Amino acid sequence: MKVWKFGDDINTDVITPGRYTVTTDKKRLGEIAFIEYRPEFGKGVKEGDIIVAGNNFGCGSSREHSPVAIKAAGISAVIAKSFARIFFRNSINIGLPLFVSEDADKIDDGDEVEIDFKTGEISDKTKGIVLKVKPLPEFMQKIVDKGGLVEFLRSGGYDNV
Amino acid sequence: MPSTITEKILANASHKKEVSAGDFVVADVSYAMAHDSTAPLAIEGFSKIADKVFDNDRVIIVFDHFFPAPTVAGATLHQKSRKFVMDQNISGFFTNGVCHQILVEKFVSPGDVVVGADSHTCTEGALGAFTTGLGSTDIGGVMATGKCWFKVPESLKFNLTGKTKKGVYAKDVILSLVGDVGAAGALYKACEFTGDYVKDATVASRLTLCNMAIEMGGKNGVIEADQKTLDFLGGRVGKIFKSDKDAVYADTYEIDVGAVEPQVALPPVVDNVEPVSAVVGKPIDQAYLGTCTNGRLEDIEVATKILKGKKIAQNVRLLVTPASQDIYFAALKNGYLQALVDAGAAVCNPTCGPCVGRHGGVLGEGEVCLSTQNRNFTGRMGDPSAEIILASPATVAASALAGKIVDPRDYL
Repeated sequence: MKVWKFGDDINTDVITPGRYTVTTDKKRLGEIAFIEYRPEFGKGVKEGDIIVAGNNFGCGSSREHSPVAIKAAGISAVIAKSFARIFFRNSINIGLPLFVSEDADKIDDGDEVEIDFKTGEISDKTKGIVLKVKPLPEFMQKIVDKGGLVEFLRSGGYDNV
Repeated sequence: MPSTITEKILANASHKKEVSAGDFVVADVSYAMAHDSTAPLAIEGFSKIADKVFDNDRVIIVFDHFFPAPTVAGATLHQKSRKFVMDQNISGFFTNGVCHQILVEKFVSPGDVVVGADSHTCTEGALGAFTTGLGSTDIGGVMATGKCWFKVPESLKFNLTGKTKKGVYAKDVILSLVGDVGAAGALYKACEFTGDYVKDATVASRLTLCNMAIEMGGKNGVIEADQKTLDFLGGRVGKIFKSDKDAVYADTYEIDVGAVEPQVALPPVVDNVEPVSAVVGKPIDQAYLGTCTNGRLEDIEVATKILKGKKIAQNVRLLVTPASQDIYFAALKNGYLQALVDAGAAVCNPTCGPCVGRHGGVLGEGEVCLSTQNRNFTGRMGDPSAEIILASPATVAASALAGKIVDPRDYL
């Protein structure tokens, strides 16, 4: 899958400008991801593509529209050196897979990257390297395994932890 | 075991004797808030989990990001949230203030755990509570269960001592701090503000400090409640927690606020902080006084002192949004609003729409806005080529008079 590479401190206004988020329509949100910051993203993104970024990805507002838009645009996972905490929670809650990897710097825009979602192994085919990934804490993995917060809470939720 | 105030509040709310940084807890939530922009998705999540909210007096809905609705899309979202308010018999429904100011004035007590579907929910921690921003689905989950999971954060201590120079305010102090710490310097961490400066600061100024904890990546901002807090709260007592002397901090910052000059944060990120002298003389198109950072009475007062009896420059539009109806009325009673309007300001209803480009005060191509708000991200207030520069209410007011960025000390 093709990589869309971003830098540090990519904020929610850059991902989904506030003027475009007066909606809960996921399809529409998918169309506006990075609409002003990187207009070629919307035109070129393919189902399954991957975002790779530096530190503090998703900082700024609490708006869930940002991970929803990224997921709806077709992105299958975001790999970053670190994530802003609300964006991180939001992504887990809505089922957008995130991976924290110090090796994100080694990946370039346009690289072909493969993720084995069962084992969590991520390899950059262009570079011929396997990335080190920081595993999720057990508590959060339980929410991910349920497919998000709604399903986690519907199926017993906090009684099971 | 010695604990920080954040650890103690989270231990209390999760019915544990003690907790430490890194522990996962499930805490009882005192209040869950969502606003017109985040409530619709929260309601979607909630309705998949439960039929009734956990407590109709503890779920707060505020229309502040685009009220009254400026577009059909906005009106449609309002309809959805209003229906939820009616169906669930939500007692705390407001359309006359910024959500954080409403929570501060009417709900939060020391020791509370408060979550809001807005990143600046860290503001309310200035009252000695654990308060943090979450996304919509998280808030939907809390609306359904009254509980929320947290990873107990490590704490950073910001020990602020000394006295600010004339013309330097809490906004300058926190901007300077954000510049030092960086946009991710407090990532996932509690930001605890202590020291003589904080003790002497008004509750309004303490709110300004905690408001920008998120701009360093912080999870919550927190200040121990004292007599000043209790006086502000009137009858709300809560439970006062204090950090132990030997509590463990990830890092401690010792800051002499006497060394801080008037500050600005230049686009496109909040930690791009410089002394105002770096941009003195730069022409501005819009000046904005308001928001959850600086829309309180003392902010309006300092601006009024600068602007009273004068006229703003012809090239500038000045927007004022008091942070709540109570503040609006107090500013009206004191003659501040009259003076500001006479000076050329547009005083708008108490919301935060302009800050986020959703309602009023939208910026055109290449325009420059000097604002008391907390974010200067590209495209936030309008055209992506527009520049947002952050500053104190005094700097904003003085610059509105001059038509360009000035050092406020020349106008006091």
